[in-house]
Amino acid sequence: MLKTSDPAELQLIAKQTRRLIIEMITAAKSGHPGGSLSAVEILVTLYNDVLRHDPANPRWPDRDRFILSKGHACPVLYAVMAQCGYTPVEELKNLRKLGSIYQGHPDVRFIPALEASTGSLGQGLSLGIGMALAARLNQSPSRTYVVLGDGEIQEGQIWEAAMFGAYHHVDNVVAIVDYNKIQLDGFVKDILDLEPLVDKWKSFGWHVIDVDGHSIPALQKAFAEASATKGKPTAIIAQTIKGKGVSFMENNPKYHGVAPTADECTKALQELA
Amino acid sequence: MTAATAAMRDAFGTALLELGATCPDLVVLDADVATSTRTSAFGKKYPERFFNVGVAEANMTDIAAGFATCGLRPVVSTFGLFLSLKCADQIRNIIAYNNLPVVLAGNYAGFSDSYDGASHQAILDISILRAMPNMAVIVPGDAVELRQALEFALKRNGPTYLRICRNPTPVLFDDAPPFEFGRVRKLRDGSDLTIAVSGVPTFMAIEAARRLAARGVSVDLLEVSTLKPVDAQALVESASKTGRVLTVEEHTIVGGAGGAIAEAISSRCRAVIDRLGIEDCFGESGDYVLLLEKYGISSLNIERRADALLERTRP
Ligand SMILES: Cc1ncc(C[n+]2csc(CCOP(=O)(O)OP(=O)(O)O)c2C)c(N)n1
Ligand SMILES: [Mg+2]
Repeated sequence: MLKTSDPAELQLIAKQTRRLIIEMITAAKSGHPGGSLSAVEILVTLYNDVLRHDPANPRWPDRDRFILSKGHACPVLYAVMAQCGYTPVEELKNLRKLGSIYQGHPDVRFIPALEASTGSLGQGLSLGIGMALAARLNQSPSRTYVVLGDGEIQEGQIWEAAMFGAYHHVDNVVAIVDYNKIQLDGFVKDILDLEPLVDKWKSFGWHVIDVDGHSIPALQKAFAEASATKGKPTAIIAQTIKGKGVSFMENNPKYHGVAPTADECTKALQELA
Repeated sequence: MTAATAAMRDAFGTALLELGATCPDLVVLDADVATSTRTSAFGKKYPERFFNVGVAEANMTDIAAGFATCGLRPVVSTFGLFLSLKCADQIRNIIAYNNLPVVLAGNYAGFSDSYDGASHQAILDISILRAMPNMAVIVPGDAVELRQALEFALKRNGPTYLRICRNPTPVLFDDAPPFEFGRVRKLRDGSDLTIAVSGVPTFMAIEAARRLAARGVSVDLLEVSTLKPVDAQALVESASKTGRVLTVEEHTIVGGAGGAIAEAISSRCRAVIDRLGIEDCFGESGDYVLLLEKYGISSLNIERRADALLERTRP
């Protein structure tokens, strides 16, 4: 596994991750490209630089925890974990097929190195806070990172977790909102606007960092700032573009949950060459 | 039976659109899956009577309850899994408890959200909804019946759960008598064995019964679309005659159609009851038909289980 803090190297992994996402969703003929592509830099920076983890020892008790609360974006998680050596890269093309370890949503029955099966939106932050509090009780240095969708945080439970995390000073949990401005049925602002989002998290008692979610150096800086922040949890509002990296998918609600055709796949891979 | 297929979700979307014109009190709510459940068409035509609440199912459910208290006829639409689980308290303690006329549309039911996998597959919704007083539970066998059940539910004086499949399935009841709430449909008259089927597997049971008949096994085939209140009289009549009942459903056998039918029969007559459905387990990702087959929901397996039941109970 390539562990690196060099943004150029991480950028290369990010590009390869995008290629794998396009290839696996095309092969599956279903899945969620938009929200997978928007979270690429976030997951690559976490898995290849920030997280303390060991693919050879996935149950290491003091490891950092990662939860993809927006589980439908699992293609990005699968691509990143496979490149780290957790699971076979060759099998990514079996995404969503009967018997594949790469289920339509992350599934610990098939990939034991995952921290939890997810898919029902709105629950990952509470789960992550539980893990972070457990680390505190166990006097473990483990930190927990939870990636949330912007549509996902319309769920009330997210805000129950937000209140709880701040009240209990859970400073070893980091919520990363993939703020790609699009949910399943369209643009967030046309369905249930979240603004002012930074102020909301602040008013709930969180340390908030507003960053360009596609800038690896900006994300690295944000994760460092989160680690240095004591006494309150951190929310990173990652400003992203849904479908990032593939011109015809960018900012296009259609590609929330529609797979590219073979032609679209070819075109996308050319753009990601 | 015609060879044509139709998806219940499409019939649902079309029906809402048409009913919008004749039912001015109809209000439709969805939770960011309107494109998938087909309520989006209603939303385009009647934006003032459509609310996409975002990813917030519980909130949606109680807003609908509020509408219902004021004389409107709300239809709440999302995936059956989230509706039955995330909104269980809202449905039970507000909608059912207050006996409010809300139509609960459980979309993408059974294994029909096949590729999304276990987290999305509503295979326990019937057990949950069935346990709520005042609730009616309807599991249509095809798109035609779904449409008729929806029209019924919009007139019912109380809450109704409608189970809706995502994928195209054979059209069975195009030329048949219309859906009757609380009544089974007799699809075949027989004396050796009762097959009581609910939902999508109805077409499989029809096929299995035909093959069994060709081998001289006479099947009393009942389609049970209303699971609450279940048609106890018709079920007991059939079970008394055959003494053997095979229930078939696309749902866990813990408390689903098999449970409802067994409860109705077991205290009223003597019959051996076998329940075919999803054993007590989670699903997984894959093609819809392959998944159904893997988990035992196929005409071949219905036939096999019918044979086994006959073998076991040979006098
Ligand atoms: C509780 C729940 N409700 C509904 C869904 C169906 N669903 C899957 S993705 C999605 C939209 C999510 O939008 P967002 O969080 O913005 O995801 P992203 O844009 O990152 O893909 C919905 C409604 C779900 N998985 N869980
Ligand atoms: Mg989004």
